[in-house]
Amino acid sequence: MRLSYPANVKIVKVPCTGRVDVIHVMKAFENGADGVCLVGCLEGDCHFLVGNLRARKRVEYAKQLLDECGIGGDRVVMYNLSSAEGQKFAQIAREMTEKIRELGPNPVKSAKS
Amino acid sequence: MIVADRKPFEEIIEMLKPYSRILLLGCNECVTVCAAGGAKEVAVLASEIRLFRAKEGKPVEIKEVTLERNCDPEYVETLKPFIDDFDVVLSMACGCGIQFVGERYRNMIVLPAVNTTFYGVTEQHGVWAERCQGCGNCVLDKTLGICPVTRCAKSLFNGPCGGSQGGVCEVNKDTPCAWQLIVDRYKEMGMLDRYLEIQPVKDWSTSRDGGPRKRIREDLKI
Ligand code: SF4
Ligand code: SF4
Repeated sequence: MRLSYPANVKIVKVPCTGRVDVIHVMKAFENGADGVCLVGCLEGDCHFLVGNLRARKRVEYAKQLLDECGIGGDRVVMYNLSSAEGQKFAQIAREMTEKIRELGPNPVKSAKS
Repeated sequence: MIVADRKPFEEIIEMLKPYSRILLLGCNECVTVCAAGGAKEVAVLASEIRLFRAKEGKPVEIKEVTLERNCDPEYVETLKPFIDDFDVVLSMACGCGIQFVGERYRNMIVLPAVNTTFYGVTEQHGVWAERCQGCGNCVLDKTLGICPVTRCAKSLFNGPCGGSQGGVCEVNKDTPCAWQLIVDRYKEMGMLDRYLEIQPVKDWSTSRDGGPRKRIREDLKI
């Protein structure tokens, strides 16, 4: 489809969103990410049955932790879409970039500079 | 297992205010099983602390160590080569482990990162519930496996209080009445006549009321 999406989005591939743990989200912020977006399959369509449902719960927990430590839970978002929805993926990447731009950079980075 | 709950982040961060080199200790036993203080929880808490402190402009160095057990001297001993490199120890082990590490390394302050809550079971994944209070004189034979000390809010020994309604305890509507459970169990086993046996007043001196307890097996002492 050769769709374009913002170049500042870095893609980390995982076999299933069920593989994503809270610590991975936390580490992304420690390493300077401004936001983390989990993109899982549609609910009910997980090859491992409930991987994406578990991921959503972990995202909720990670949001809580990020609020506690002052990074802001709003910086983590989960979306569900099918692998045939390239257009939607590009749109999500744009939406996410906009949202993060509004929130500003990762506060850890501004403290360092 | 011993069940614990992580302390609120605010409380932890407040305790850590004066320190910048932190040894964060976890335990591979009970607190791992109840997801309060195993290697995973240690990693997440360490990350949270680092993020918070970096944002405040007061970065910290954290070493994450999860011992096999914090309540046995041989594992506690393994901290010796590096414990002095740190300003403080923050422990996610249960209250026993926290104290035991402090007893061994008397120049260190060991701070609790969890609230140790009860002896319990995993009722389902992510749900833990209390079952025993270590009263030191078990009566599970008399109550057919349901502990009246722990599961009855008033630790009653001869039937329910007046607040038992529809099988639910008056103290908390989400808690079954222990005596309802016991009577149901007597019926289930065709032993309802056991309900008529009067239990004498319990001697609580074997419990916490007798002060801290100690168990010694001379044959095992070295
Ligand atoms: S009777 Fe005592 S030892 Fe037995 S389960 Fe209850 S609290 Fe524990
Ligand atoms: S309602 Fe049942 S469990 Fe609750 S305090 Fe009374 S006897 Fe104990």
